[in-house]
Amino acid sequence: MIPVCPLASLPRGEALRLDVVDPPIAVFHTDEGDILAIDDTCTHQDASLADGWLEGCEIECPLHASRFNLRTGEVDAPPAKRPVRVHQVVVENDVIHVVPSDAPPNLPPGVTLKGQA
Amino acid sequence: MKTVCVVGASLAGLLTARALRSQGYGGRLVVVGAEEHRPYDRPPLSKDFLKGVIGESDLALEGGGEQQDIDWRLGVAATGLDATARRITLSDGTSLVADGIVIATGAAARTLPGTEALRGVHTLRTLDDARALRADLATARRLVVIGGGFIGAEVAATARELGLDVTLVESGEAPLAAVVGPTMGRVIADLHERRGVRLVRHAYVTEVTGTDRADGVRLADGTHLPADVVVVGIGAVPSTGWLHGSGVELGDGVLCDEGGGTSAPGIVAVGDCAAWYDPVRGRHHRVEHWTGARQRAAVAAATLLSAGTARPEPARPAYFWSDQFDVKIQFIGHAGDADTVTVEEGDPADHSFLAAYRQGDRLVAVLGVNQVRLFTRWRRHLETAPVQTG
Repeated sequence: MIPVCPLASLPRGEALRLDVVDPPIAVFHTDEGDILAIDDTCTHQDASLADGWLEGCEIECPLHASRFNLRTGEVDAPPAKRPVRVHQVVVENDVIHVVPSDAPPNLPPGVTLKGQA
Repeated sequence: MKTVCVVGASLAGLLTARALRSQGYGGRLVVVGAEEHRPYDRPPLSKDFLKGVIGESDLALEGGGEQQDIDWRLGVAATGLDATARRITLSDGTSLVADGIVIATGAAARTLPGTEALRGVHTLRTLDDARALRADLATARRLVVIGGGFIGAEVAATARELGLDVTLVESGEAPLAAVVGPTMGRVIADLHERRGVRLVRHAYVTEVTGTDRADGVRLADGTHLPADVVVVGIGAVPSTGWLHGSGVELGDGVLCDEGGGTSAPGIVAVGDCAAWYDPVRGRHHRVEHWTGARQRAAVAAATLLSAGTARPEPARPAYFWSDQFDVKIQFIGHAGDADTVTVEEGDPADHSFLAAYRQGDRLVAVLGVNQVRLFTRWRRHLETAPVQTG
């Protein structure tokens, strides 16, 4: 379980990118009050979903407008075709934590994990 | 409706077919495509695909396991339409009769007259175009690009990254100036020049020289620019030739109402071939951007299935992106509406900034250069502002 930040420092409607893991994870606080985490990198091209447009339980990729569901990771329409991984979020003592998924990530072409060719 | 035929198997056609299914259409669905390929993504053709970073399988628009129950008729072009009978004639001599028709034939690259027989002269619109250009660039040293629009500027940047000697010939002040305006166009020009692209501005091409194969480009002032490969990026024309005499009203593209309905009942049009009526601007115009096709597919499907009674939501402002060198360019709105442009964040000299376009004190467009997060905030501000008519 990785500590992210105090609950109070991620207001509703905001997102942040967790760079201490590879690939990075995006954590969102929705307008409805849910805290949800997915892989930060769009599965189509190297873009940070934390920079995107949060609406309800969906994040729209800032570059090419594919929308990912924050609960399921599913994508609505091209250019992205594959889902992002979802990660479990635990809030303990008013601190947000993320439990990274064990599944392999769906990284876009040309993006690799650090330390790999 | 028992049969719907979508004419055009690219982004707009595929997404409209999908939207018909998701909106409950359960009848026969035929998609006709002039190219032999399943739907693929065109924007990377001038960027990562041309550079060799991604391959053909990465371009597919359909996900694995996608099942829409579509009868694909690929490698067959529509050659004519009778709008009253809703009969489409095809290049293989057959015809199709449908209860509903979606016109999504897109646009074709404009060519330079007199260059058709010369090898080494390319336009870039299709996968086959990109394959041919990629192969030709692999053995070339000098590239001349004619036209500083999206295709021209992106191909120039990609070829420079591939190590070619690149000259970009532009009839105006700067690359992309037609869409981002002259002030910000000069910033794009600076980006290209700093990365070693030779820019020739305010220039007119009189001929592409060479007998069998192109060996250069001659300008109106007599200058000769030697070239191994020439790319012509001078815009696109809507692919509506097959609709002449069909009964569907044409202008610059297929004339549509604000929901994509054409002048003929049971026929809608979407994507680059379609000129939808824009109630804010009070005229028809074609939106030749990827996101325009994406947003309008669902609207066109609803118009067709409701026989035109569905009320479309107001269209979102046009958004586009471009990748040139290591720079991400994002733009939303209409630069032509603005009387001032101001840099709000960052510095154009660093190629990392955000610029706001205003008419009076009203925000009408936003340009982001390597400012993705900030651009999203500004874009949201622009899109959620109340729409003013007039």
